[in-house]
Amino acid sequence: MSVSLDSSQKSPLLAVENLVVEYPSKRFRAKPFRALTDINITIGQGETLGLVGESGSGKTTLGRAVLGLAPVTAGKVIFEGNDISNASRKERRTLSRDLQVVFQDPYTSLNPALEIGDILAEPLGVQGMEPTAAKKRVQELLDQVGLPSDAIHRLPREFSGGQRQRVAIARALALSPKLIVCDEPVSALDLSTQARVLDLFLQIQKDTGVSYLFVSHDLDVVRHISHRVAVMYHGEIVEQGPAEIVTRDPEHPYTQRLLLASPVPDPDRQEQRRADRHRLLANQRNQIEQAGAVA
Amino acid sequence: MSDSIDTAAVAAPVPTGQSGTVVRSTVMRRLLRNPLGIASLVILGSIALLAIFAPVLAPFEENFANITKTLAPADSVNILGTDSAGRDTWSRLLFGAQLTLLSALLCAGVAIAIGLPAGLIAGYYAGKFEAVSNWVVSILMSLPGLIVLLTIRAAFGPSVWISMIAFGVLISPSYFRLTRTAVQSVRNELYVDAARVSGLSDLSIIARHIFSVVRAPIIIQTAAIAGVAIAIQSGLEFLGLGDPTKATWGVMLSEGFKNVYMTPTLLLWPALAMALTIGGLVLLGNAIRDALEDGEKIKHRKKKTVPAESTTADPAKAGQSRKSVAAVEVGTEHHLIKVTNLGVGYPQADGSVKKVVDDVSFHVDRGEILGIVGESGSGKSQTAFSILGLLPDNARIVGGSIQFDGNYTVAPGDDRVSQERLSKLRGKRISYIPQEPMSNLDPAFTIGYQLVTPMVRVLGISKAEARKRALKLLTDVGIVNPERTFEAYPHEVSGGMAQRVLIAGAISCEPDLVIADEPTTALDVTVQADVLDLLRELQQRLNIGVILVTHNFGVVADLCDRVAVMQNGRLVEEGTVRDILRNPKEQYTQTLLGSMLEGKTPMTMLVSRPGSAAQKEPVA
Repeated sequence: MSVSLDSSQKSPLLAVENLVVEYPSKRFRAKPFRALTDINITIGQGETLGLVGESGSGKTTLGRAVLGLAPVTAGKVIFEGNDISNASRKERRTLSRDLQVVFQDPYTSLNPALEIGDILAEPLGVQGMEPTAAKKRVQELLDQVGLPSDAIHRLPREFSGGQRQRVAIARALALSPKLIVCDEPVSALDLSTQARVLDLFLQIQKDTGVSYLFVSHDLDVVRHISHRVAVMYHGEIVEQGPAEIVTRDPEHPYTQRLLLASPVPDPDRQEQRRADRHRLLANQRNQIEQAGAVA
Repeated sequence: MSDSIDTAAVAAPVPTGQSGTVVRSTVMRRLLRNPLGIASLVILGSIALLAIFAPVLAPFEENFANITKTLAPADSVNILGTDSAGRDTWSRLLFGAQLTLLSALLCAGVAIAIGLPAGLIAGYYAGKFEAVSNWVVSILMSLPGLIVLLTIRAAFGPSVWISMIAFGVLISPSYFRLTRTAVQSVRNELYVDAARVSGLSDLSIIARHIFSVVRAPIIIQTAAIAGVAIAIQSGLEFLGLGDPTKATWGVMLSEGFKNVYMTPTLLLWPALAMALTIGGLVLLGNAIRDALEDGEKIKHRKKKTVPAESTTADPAKAGQSRKSVAAVEVGTEHHLIKVTNLGVGYPQADGSVKKVVDDVSFHVDRGEILGIVGESGSGKSQTAFSILGLLPDNARIVGGSIQFDGNYTVAPGDDRVSQERLSKLRGKRISYIPQEPMSNLDPAFTIGYQLVTPMVRVLGISKAEARKRALKLLTDVGIVNPERTFEAYPHEVSGGMAQRVLIAGAISCEPDLVIADEPTTALDVTVQADVLDLLRELQQRLNIGVILVTHNFGVVADLCDRVAVMQNGRLVEEGTVRDILRNPKEQYTQTLLGSMLEGKTPMTMLVSRPGSAAQKEPVA
């Protein structure tokens, strides 16, 4: 009894409970801007939670709040049973072994003045690893993400977008973390590059059992990589569930609109989808009008 | 995709094994290759050497006076003559160099010691420290410098060092502001966030990631400040406020001025030394700035640089064919736009031409939508820009021609797009919908103004009429409250709304051809669907030809009649939308379509076999 209770308490790697994030307003005594309202998510070991929503929906803010880069106004972020919502810098340093990030823009997430080797060795050095051991680890990492080993002494600008994103992934992997927050990691990449980088994410998860909080605006990407999907709209999670259900047969009107808005690469099926979308929009408008009439 | 990304992707292959630490040495090398840089380094270096070895080189002590030989002309003992007290000018010039340079360094040192750390802290942490330091800086900057220096001299006596420390404090705001601005620009960069997530302390983040950004501007600023310090210090001494017991250039200048009618050369030597030093510092600062500005300058060559490899354009023939070209090529009149064997290239530093568009041919008719699909660096935007005549200045047409409605805009043999011919068409008959709606509206003007002005110019209608038209257009593109949008500034509307405004602008002068460069890439998916609906509806109603540049096959399927697939500047495949999307013949098109996620089994490998996801990224 106690054992099962223990394991059920332990089971989610990350749990976000009733999270609220507010940014203070610049104007004097103005109401603060509320970016996130009452967010509840969990991510288990080796699981991917896809977070989908449009720009300004708060999906990036949620990722940043987990990383400690956004202010937590209320609620809890619990990682491995510890509340980290207000972790100090020192606690964050310990935490960085288990919690890492891959940002959207591979052009600004790497310091242009540092060599790839130095960029990858940075998190290792913070944890006090010897330079020779760090160098060996950097070689392993480059190999793991499919970059040539002579990349160590090159600068970020010598690489294409896809290759830079591989460097960013290698940096996130350096300390063998348990959870990686991926903030739109493929949306700046070309289609074929995106496919290869998604393959890399899947392979890494298979090899290391890492969990992902995968933020994206693209429902197709999220469907492909996630076990479960949460849909965000205006700072709230409007729908959450298994990827297959949320991304194919959604319940919430917004998710339905999102699904039918993404075009398919075939003219006739796309024409069908377009018609479906127009029908859905008309239905939703009618419902709103009826609801207004009833009220 | 934007140009910068294109070029970055194109520039990716670099000789392997190149070391990154060369950054600094290349700056040094560029500095030495610049004649002004070398000249300034030589001047400053020799003055510094003379100053350092002054005690050895100077034949006399700085204050050794030979009263029997005052204001003497140059001879073998006193090679530059003597002053009114019989002191050797050459010796005093050397000792003066020592003192002058040291005091300039002191001044810059004090200013850096105060301004740099304060700027780093204020820029990185912002908040209260920034507010308070801004007040202090404003007070310092509002103080009348010369009066402060005079007061300090009155209080502490005539010391070069004290006045230079005071001047350093007074001038430290320039370092503070420089540093703070530079730090603010990188404080929110993602790599700083990444370092924070890695657990780096603030101190290491500043040392590793922030300081490198301010290093170069600080060096340049120091060259300028040192020059100013020398001028100010000498100015004070020239007014007679210096220490008369010390030999400095300013004191010598003052001495020379008193005897200007008897021995004008006494004025000349210190003035020359100051001019050389300050000039050298200014030139050095400029040369460092030039060296830091990335990219080697491409020498502008005369015509006939088109390399032999380009078979489509023979430069020898080009000159002749230019004039004799017929206005219309027989049999092509019915195409709205016809691009034939187009090549676009960029001259490189080594004299070769890098082709970004190579042998591309296609045509578009009225009422037809052609999609140009490709990845970044495929040349799709460059092709569109050459039709619009909006290629960068250094781009060259290296082959082929473009005809619009039967007339050449790029005739065979032309190496540039004819602006003269295009300016009559652009905006009027050919219009453009850009990728980034927000950056294509000027934030300083209302949306209404930006819609009305082109119509008044191009169509020659009155402002009132144009206003009526603009409101009608805004309604046409599905804006619910056109009056309010008309009066709004660009920052007051959403991205989707801004794109609707730009579409309204593009169709405002009733064009025949619209070129849309990734018109929906920057928009949310739901907004994209609305904008695609709008584009389709307008295209059908106005019966215009459209060239749609995109990387999204879904968008292609939604809008296009025909598709052209581009890769590395070449057109790999062209056909009707159903042929290309359902039965692509070329391997590359198949790969692209295979990378689509739609219809794939989730959680499976897309391109690589299981276990080999770490396959190497092909070098672009």
